[in-house]
Amino acid sequence: MNRYIIVRLIHMAITLWAMLTLMFFLFRMLPGEPTMTVINSSLSPQAQAAMRAQFGLDRPLVEQYLSYIASYARFDFGLSFQTSRSVSEMIEGRLVNTLALILPSLLTAYGVGAFLGAKLAWRRGGGLDTAVVIVATAFQAAPVFWVGMIAILFFSVKLGLFPAGHIVTPGAFPEPTWRMYLSADFLHHFALPFLVNTAYQVCFPLLLMRSSMLGAIGEDYVEFARLKGLTERRVLYRHAMRNSLLPMATTIPMILGWAVAGSVVIETVFSWPGLGLLMIEGVERSDYPVVQAAFFLIAVLTILGTFAADLLYGFLDPRIVYK
Amino acid sequence: MIELGRTFFTTVWQTKAGRISLLLLGICILVALLGPSIAPFEPRARNYDVSNKLLRLSPPSRNHWLGTTLQGQDILSQILWGARSALTVGVATALGVVLIGVNVGLVAGYYGGWIDALLMRITDVFLGLPFLPFIIVVLSITGRSTTTIILAMTVVMWRATARIVRAQVLSLKEMQFVAAARVTGASDLTIIYREIAPNIVPLALVNIAFSLAWAIITEASIGFLGYGDPNVISWGSIMYSAFSSQAMYRAPWWVVPPGIAIMVLVSSVYLVGRGYERIVNPRLDTQ
Repeated sequence: MNRYIIVRLIHMAITLWAMLTLMFFLFRMLPGEPTMTVINSSLSPQAQAAMRAQFGLDRPLVEQYLSYIASYARFDFGLSFQTSRSVSEMIEGRLVNTLALILPSLLTAYGVGAFLGAKLAWRRGGGLDTAVVIVATAFQAAPVFWVGMIAILFFSVKLGLFPAGHIVTPGAFPEPTWRMYLSADFLHHFALPFLVNTAYQVCFPLLLMRSSMLGAIGEDYVEFARLKGLTERRVLYRHAMRNSLLPMATTIPMILGWAVAGSVVIETVFSWPGLGLLMIEGVERSDYPVVQAAFFLIAVLTILGTFAADLLYGFLDPRIVYK
Repeated sequence: MIELGRTFFTTVWQTKAGRISLLLLGICILVALLGPSIAPFEPRARNYDVSNKLLRLSPPSRNHWLGTTLQGQDILSQILWGARSALTVGVATALGVVLIGVNVGLVAGYYGGWIDALLMRITDVFLGLPFLPFIIVVLSITGRSTTTIILAMTVVMWRATARIVRAQVLSLKEMQFVAAARVTGASDLTIIYREIAPNIVPLALVNIAFSLAWAIITEASIGFLGYGDPNVISWGSIMYSAFSSQAMYRAPWWVVPPGIAIMVLVSSVYLVGRGYERIVNPRLDTQ
């Protein structure tokens, strides 16, 4: 088991290094000089050279590559072309905002998905089962940003219940602090994107739980638990559901990475100042250090997620032997 | 090939959901083929009313069934045109994904050893690529065109298929017919493509369906973020115009139809895939 974890950790390091290298070359393939946006051609040649030195663009490519890897390994992402501020500083709050939206959605989605999926399988073929499966399939097929726009049209524009975007009322909190995430204003802004995101995320665990429960119902151990005279409730929750949780639970970490990557669209719809929106803004302003760092963090979350999924799988299913 | 098509069709046709989704998918394909000729208006043309005033954001009416955009363009015509882009981009991506994924999976699973290890490490790197952010970065570098959208989507999507196919090959290669082929002196390539690959076909077909569904949603997301091909009318780009012009708050008829079109197409593709999956995994039948 320990050896397995070490091997997986080495794999993860290789994956991260390959990703960083890919990014390095990807971002240097950009048309024109990456500094064109900051280095105004009206500046004197001396000033231009000084700026190039500031961003390290005057050095040879190999040297740039090595220092890039070294600073990324320390989570030092350099300076923004646009604001000349430290990118790490800019990104920190954005990462928290993204996780503040994604994590509660995912937890709710998996909680609701597990119970509802199990219940539906238990009463398969019934009216509720059919209705929920149809709605879930339709929701899964609808682009989440479109559901977001419809929700804004209905709940914000028509009913006036929730704000149509942003994380708090603009100007309400000049400095984002933990206090902000506990304020009523935040929750008011949080409600709609949270609901939309959860409604979208719940379909996958729900349908997965339902189908693995359907598999479990036919198994001998469920029949045996019934024959022992256990109540239906106990058979459902203690025996059938427990075993069916496995395939669903192992998808959580992978879905986390996937949700962070997909948050680009939901953050755009709700003007939610997270990593995804920061990346899109960076692309529009040709602020490559920012885009690169946001992209890197999203990738790290994805890779960590896959790694955690592998470990979790072995932890939850003793039948899997690591070698 | 004809045999395969017939099995596919009859398997899916067996269930009610399968029949409905096949019919809906058929309609979507028909619209994609005929769309531009049955569209009542030029999708980009500005329409004027009798007094020669631009029909800005006019609600659904007798002439314009789904209303008009801020620029006075007919929304129904745009939706009909959009089907073509969704299906061509989706199908091209799904085929590319399955072509790469199946081959990587076959080779990695069959040879094992360092070839497998190397291919799986490469797959891991691609699994770490966040799909939508990666596509946006690539498109901002290469410029926005249908070809680059298809290529970028293929690059981030083949990885899942490769993993699934590899797992299947690992169990197939232990089967007796593979050992028998080896005894007769068949080469590795013959065994891979003549003996093992035919058994992968049903799995590959299911994968084409699921990749297609996913590719259509992703194409719409790209369009919605404003990175769609500027020369092509797509459902995503319709929503982008509605959203970025802020006019959608006043004109629900502009945003609702493209989303419904995507929902119908994606869920029918998905359900067709689901219907056929029963051939790959007969246990699903009990459900």
